Amino acid sequence: MTALLQVRGLAKRFGGLVVTDDVDLDVHAGEIHALIGPNGAGKTTLINQLSGELAPDRGSVRLAGTVLDALSVGKRVRRGLARTFQITQLLADDTVLDNVALAVQARQGHSFRFLADARRDVGVREAAAGYVTQAGLGDRRDVPVADLSHGEQKQLEVAIALATEPKLLLLDEPMAGLGHSESRQMIDVLRTVKGRVAMLLVEHDMDAVFALADRISVLVYGRIIATGTAEQIRDNAEVRTAYLGEGDS
Amino acid sequence: MPSAFKLFALAIGAVVLIALPFIADGIGMPAATTLATSMLIYGIAAASLNLALGYGGLVSFGHAAFLGLGGYVVGILYHHFVSGDPVFGWFAGTNQLIVSVPAAMLVCGLLAAAIGALSLRTSGVQFIMITLAFAQMLFFLFVSLKAYGGDDGLIIRRRNALPGLDTRDDTTFYFVCLAIAAVCWLLLQRFARSRFGVVLSGVRQSERRMAALGFTPYIYKLVAFIVSGMGTGLAGALLANHLRFVSPDTLHWTKSGELMVMVVLGGVGTLSGPWLGAAALVALEAILAAWSENWQIFLGLVLLVVVLLTRGGLDRLLRLLGRRSS
Repeated sequence: MTALLQVRGLAKRFGGLVVTDDVDLDVHAGEIHALIGPNGAGKTTLINQLSGELAPDRGSVRLAGTVLDALSVGKRVRRGLARTFQITQLLADDTVLDNVALAVQARQGHSFRFLADARRDVGVREAAAGYVTQAGLGDRRDVPVADLSHGEQKQLEVAIALATEPKLLLLDEPMAGLGHSESRQMIDVLRTVKGRVAMLLVEHDMDAVFALADRISVLVYGRIIATGTAEQIRDNAEVRTAYLGEGDS
Repeated sequence: MPSAFKLFALAIGAVVLIALPFIADGIGMPAATTLATSMLIYGIAAASLNLALGYGGLVSFGHAAFLGLGGYVVGILYHHFVSGDPVFGWFAGTNQLIVSVPAAMLVCGLLAAAIGALSLRTSGVQFIMITLAFAQMLFFLFVSLKAYGGDDGLIIRRRNALPGLDTRDDTTFYFVCLAIAAVCWLLLQRFARSRFGVVLSGVRQSERRMAALGFTPYIYKLVAFIVSGMGTGLAGALLANHLRFVSPDTLHWTKSGELMVMVVLGGVGTLSGPWLGAAALVALEAILAAWSENWQIFLGLVLLVVVLLTRGGLDRLLRLLGRRSS
């Protein structure tokens, strides 16, 4: 079976610093693949190269057989590669529903429509409301983003990404900064879409990783040192010394 | 209820605008009609700039290029209509408003496409400087174009004609401008709420987010810039007709600044703000200039007070009054 996402020989250096070192990575359809690693391992840099915000020096990324390398961020999204941001990127002046509705609108082709009121488009608003509810924000849909808590903003990031109807979702630390109950809620949200949408989950919260991930890859200094199931990673000597080491014993 | 207040304000505004020339004649101040025509024309220009600046967050410091070029299209077409020589040895001039205004908008749209395509690759201060640079290039081009008056500009002996209307009459021309301004107001109101409008507002707030939704921000910014340039070109074409004169002064960078002041004074990113700002600035200029040669000192003070105290311009001031009265 060929993987949904195939990363081959991806490399990136910032000056003398190698941030992505010949990375090969497969994410299969429907799986949650966690990417863990110490701070500065190059996880977000890798996500940015997959999403198209940052051009790699070498290597290739394929999604469902399509080579993405020459495609812009927007085109990759339209082919089914969505992402969330570690530092939330939301339209703060607009409501929760407005933010998600834009993602639905984006899927319906170009937005060079100048006359009809976009917020009265019942089809778009209802579809958007579905994603808002799915992400657990049903009773907050008319609240301006600026008034949301940090946890709710993280949930909204996920709702927006899901509203693009992705094949693969790149999650950049969705639990970062969340309290315990908020993390539980985020895990529940991700579980409900697990199987339908493949995910590459970058996360420091090991409880969340072990609760969600089918497979785990470990990134250290830009290089993937191990890939396997939770048990394999826990038992891997190299991983223990490089990463899990002192903290997880 | 603010919406009732809004309707009330709109109705009052419409009645005042329609009755204005008759009142002006009645009280023996026909110059007020001419002044109001200027307000409407600058209102169109400021509202067009606001589409780029307010809704799109594209701080263009070069919109005088469109105001001036729109005027020059009218002036040059008229010049060739009078002389009988074809423009660029290719097509005949005209004195018909129904031809010259769309021509001005088309030419300004093309210029905006060219300027926008290059300058929108940058943002922030670089964008401001590049739009300024393009406008300055156009300014010096027309200063050195001796065939079209150079420094002295072009005189348009008679306003462009409209079939069935006597545009030479100031009141008639006022109503022509009022009708065009009303259409612009309605269209801009629609644009702001449309799919295009919400995307543009999204691009202003976070380009990164919009790209991550699958949009290509550049193309939306470019279209907003083109529409904005065309609207300002329309205002330029009307202004040349109104003043029966066009000169490099309308292309000068201080004119770009004036348009920005109107938007900021009235309220950035609001529907009525730019119109209020344009009216206020034109009125202030008329009043203060009669009072003192250094009227811009006082203008600066007024601008400071309004912007600092209301934090949202005249539009916000009106809204606050509306809330208090309800």
